[in-house]
Amino acid sequence: MPESYESSASRDQSVAEFDSQGRTLGHRLQHALHVTPSLVPLMVLIAAVVVFGLLLGQRFLSPFALTLILQQVQIVGIVALAQSLVILTAGIDLSVGAVMVLSSVVMGQFTFRYGLPPGIAVMSGLLCGALCGLVSGVLVAIVKLPPFIVTLGMWQVVLAGNFLYSRNETIRSQDIEAAAPLLQFFGTRVEIGGAIFTFGVLFMLILAVVLAYALRFTAWGRHVYAVGDDPEAAALSGVNVRGTLISVYVLAGTICAFAGWTLIGRIGSVSPTSGQLANIESITAVVIGGISLFGGRGSILGTLFGALIVGVFTLGLRLAGADPQWTNLLIGILIIAAVAVDQWIRRATV
Amino acid sequence: MTDPILSARNLVKRYGHVTAIDHCDFDLYPGEILAVIGDNGAGKSSLIKAVSGAVAPDEGEVWLEGAKVAFTSPNDAREAGIETVYQQLALSPALSIADNMFMGRELRKPGILGSWFRMLDSAAMQKFARDKLTELGLMTIQNINQAVETLSGGQRQGVAVARAAAFGSKVIILDEPTAALGVKESRRVLELIQDVKSRGIPIILISHNMPHVFELADRIHIHRLGKRLTVVDPKDISMSDAVALMTGAMTPDDAAA
Ligand SMILES: Nc1ncnc2c1ncn2[C@@H]1O[C@H](COP(=O)(O)OP(=O)(O)OP(=O)(O)O)[C@@H](O)[C@H]1O
Ligand SMILES: [Mg+2]
Repeated sequence: MPESYESSASRDQSVAEFDSQGRTLGHRLQHALHVTPSLVPLMVLIAAVVVFGLLLGQRFLSPFALTLILQQVQIVGIVALAQSLVILTAGIDLSVGAVMVLSSVVMGQFTFRYGLPPGIAVMSGLLCGALCGLVSGVLVAIVKLPPFIVTLGMWQVVLAGNFLYSRNETIRSQDIEAAAPLLQFFGTRVEIGGAIFTFGVLFMLILAVVLAYALRFTAWGRHVYAVGDDPEAAALSGVNVRGTLISVYVLAGTICAFAGWTLIGRIGSVSPTSGQLANIESITAVVIGGISLFGGRGSILGTLFGALIVGVFTLGLRLAGADPQWTNLLIGILIIAAVAVDQWIRRATV
Repeated sequence: MTDPILSARNLVKRYGHVTAIDHCDFDLYPGEILAVIGDNGAGKSSLIKAVSGAVAPDEGEVWLEGAKVAFTSPNDAREAGIETVYQQLALSPALSIADNMFMGRELRKPGILGSWFRMLDSAAMQKFARDKLTELGLMTIQNINQAVETLSGGQRQGVAVARAAAFGSKVIILDEPTAALGVKESRRVLELIQDVKSRGIPIILISHNMPHVFELADRIHIHRLGKRLTVVDPKDISMSDAVALMTGAMTPDDAAA
């Protein structure tokens, strides 16, 4: 009988477990990071706060200074959350900054050029962001163009559209305050004993938690990871790959439009030339936050920590009186270190 | 004979200049184990991809329980009750075993948490996944929440087979399900195949392992150069003749003679 040797295989039903004792500390750390990738940026963030706290004392560790960091990172933070979603699908969105600015311009011009109610203008701005995302999403998911190329093109198209449509006009802060305070909604301040939170900051924090929940605890979130991990396997195991990709780009565009609304709250005015660095700064936050540029790995809370790390370095070094180039230099080193850690964690097939 | 549960007529699938399926017919009858054998590159995987919605055939028709179907995605086929273990397994490496087993058909928590907050019922999915793996005897898996990339090749194959066996209701298709498995694990998969058959669900088994094929199959579909060469009964033919047919060393007429 050909199978006789097989039937002698043990039929023991007890659960055989590998011995997980006797691992080195390095292995266990590697495993912990593999399971919870946002631990690294969180530890870096805490370390940075501690170091600057020791160096600068009260000047840095005051509620005012710490919440100032939140205010300074809110725009990049929100955009970086959108960027994280796209990068988790193994894509990249170079148009995030342009979409943010165009959406804020739409909100301003719809109010002031056409005299529409601010509520309608805001809705139109959000719709504009969603539409930009839809165009990118369709080109990536259905036409199957590489995300880098699609969003490189969209960046130019949207930015040029922004300048053409706005005629390069800034809408002044006083005018907005008088006629359409809704546009500055996210600039509203809440003061709690020296700590100053704006609605924009709160929005960033709440959005991070909501997205973290959706990615971790809903089917949509699992599909985002699966599509970023291996799109072919995801399709064969029953994920609607196109639908998931398009939903991610549309959501990212909408979040960028919210960032545009927040931008009006932050700078007071509607300016078509603002936010030019948002795309590169958002990618920086995502990478420092430990999300893999190859897709499918990382946690969106890491991105929030990544954005805060940049904010802590920026303010800390400024308060210390250092040349701002030191900030850029350190951020550059952090980016490379973050990717090195990512590679190390990936090697951990524990 | 009764009508086939799943059949295909005149299927054609071309990849550029390569014709992977060349006017191929195919029939699977209720309750049977149909083995599909053929050389590497004969087009076996392409054939089952075409009947399970993973690729759209260029020509030809697929029928399920007497009704013409045109699946445009694997999900369509799964909803119709056809479950497939693809040769490349189709698992997401960074996600957990439980996530993978329920990919595309996740369970949500009952009540408001599930309906409003779309919250997944991780506990239920993990329990189900653990039970199914235990049934398969894949007991060396430490943790149902470990990422699939941390499993051995055979363990991964076990997860894919367990997923198909757990959810298939009309037809189960297994493309080389034991290729990476050890002796003991292969045996479990063969037992599982018989178990599924005893539940009345027909199975398509693609395998290069002739002893396994001859042990399990009710009929053997011999695939050659993108076509069904012939269908034989394993009781009427020797393994060496089947291999000769499959490699072209013998023709069906020789075999009949
Ligand atoms: N996605 C594809 N793109 C191009 N050619 C393909 C593709 N898939 C299959 N082919 C070609 O189709 C033919 C049949 O391949 P298929 O995978 O169906 O063979 P198979 O019988 O399953 O072989 P094996 O026993 O090695 O698994 C091969 O010549 C292969 O090169
Ligand atoms: Mg094959």
